[in-house]
Amino acid sequence: MIGVGKIKQYSNVLDKPLSRGKQEVSLSAFAFLFSELVQYNQTQVDNIAELERRLEDAGYAVGARVLELLCHRDKGNRRETRLLGILSFVHSTVWKVLFGKVADSLEKGTEHEDEYMISEKELLVNRFISIPKDMGTFNCGAFVAGIVRGVLDGAGFPAVVTAHFVPMEGQQRPRTTILIKFAEEVLRREARFS
Amino acid sequence: MGSTACFIIVSRNDIPIYEAEVGSAIKKEEATHQHQFILHAALDIVQDLAWTTSAMFLKAVDRFNDLVVSVYVTAGHTRLMLLHDSRNEDGIRSFFQEVHELYIKILLNPLYLPGSRITSSHFDTKVRALARKYL
Repeated sequence: MIGVGKIKQYSNVLDKPLSRGKQEVSLSAFAFLFSELVQYNQTQVDNIAELERRLEDAGYAVGARVLELLCHRDKGNRRETRLLGILSFVHSTVWKVLFGKVADSLEKGTEHEDEYMISEKELLVNRFISIPKDMGTFNCGAFVAGIVRGVLDGAGFPAVVTAHFVPMEGQQRPRTTILIKFAEEVLRREARFS
Repeated sequence: MGSTACFIIVSRNDIPIYEAEVGSAIKKEEATHQHQFILHAALDIVQDLAWTTSAMFLKAVDRFNDLVVSVYVTAGHTRLMLLHDSRNEDGIRSFFQEVHELYIKILLNPLYLPGSRITSSHFDTKVRALARKYL
């Protein structure tokens, strides 16, 4: 019979429950969409720096939303107020939800107090992308750097976040490192509280 | 005799993105301005208090005559502030949690700019319905 077993139709998104939704998204669909995003931005800019900035801004919007959603859904409404807390939140929870696994490593920078690095052997967004020689140090991981910056900025830990390739001996593809450099006020606040 | 209640949502940049008088008492014109003034004055206290705890519900942070300001801070430092004269803490907590869920749903819209005013009339209707239910 027509109409029997029909799922409840919601008239407005505000009435729909905030469910977990499908846990999996097609990798090829995402890779295709991401490559189109990069290509579209390539036509809009004149130089590499501008392209990286646009990818970062796209990621920033994602980061701001991911922060709110995950704190509500997975963390039972607890906010992060400490530096290490928010870093391990990004390294574990955010990475798990976005990429299906926790990040490979989280390190503190040795030269500067305000630098931290999240490393990944093969960043999902870079998996199907190769950079031509004439693009120099451009890294599509700028999108993920934008996501991390969105999460940190939203939580009240402003930082400059960039993505870099780090060549590894014995491996053909370089490792990708997300470098996080926190602003002065974050360190001052941390010092006040510890 | 109804209850007075003024509810605002303030974004991370201290800009109000949503306002509503949700009490059941009859409102005087000056009262609205006074309520908004009291809530804005409480923002400084909320700022300091938010960094001392990882809870979202901050209960009563400030007082004015017999009115109390209760605040709920989200992960993105968006503050849901309620000026009220009742003492029903559990009702207020449930109200904040439900509005928080509504706010997340608005935020997830990729075309919504975080920090801009919430103009959805459906959101307004739902918030007022929640206020009638819990406050």
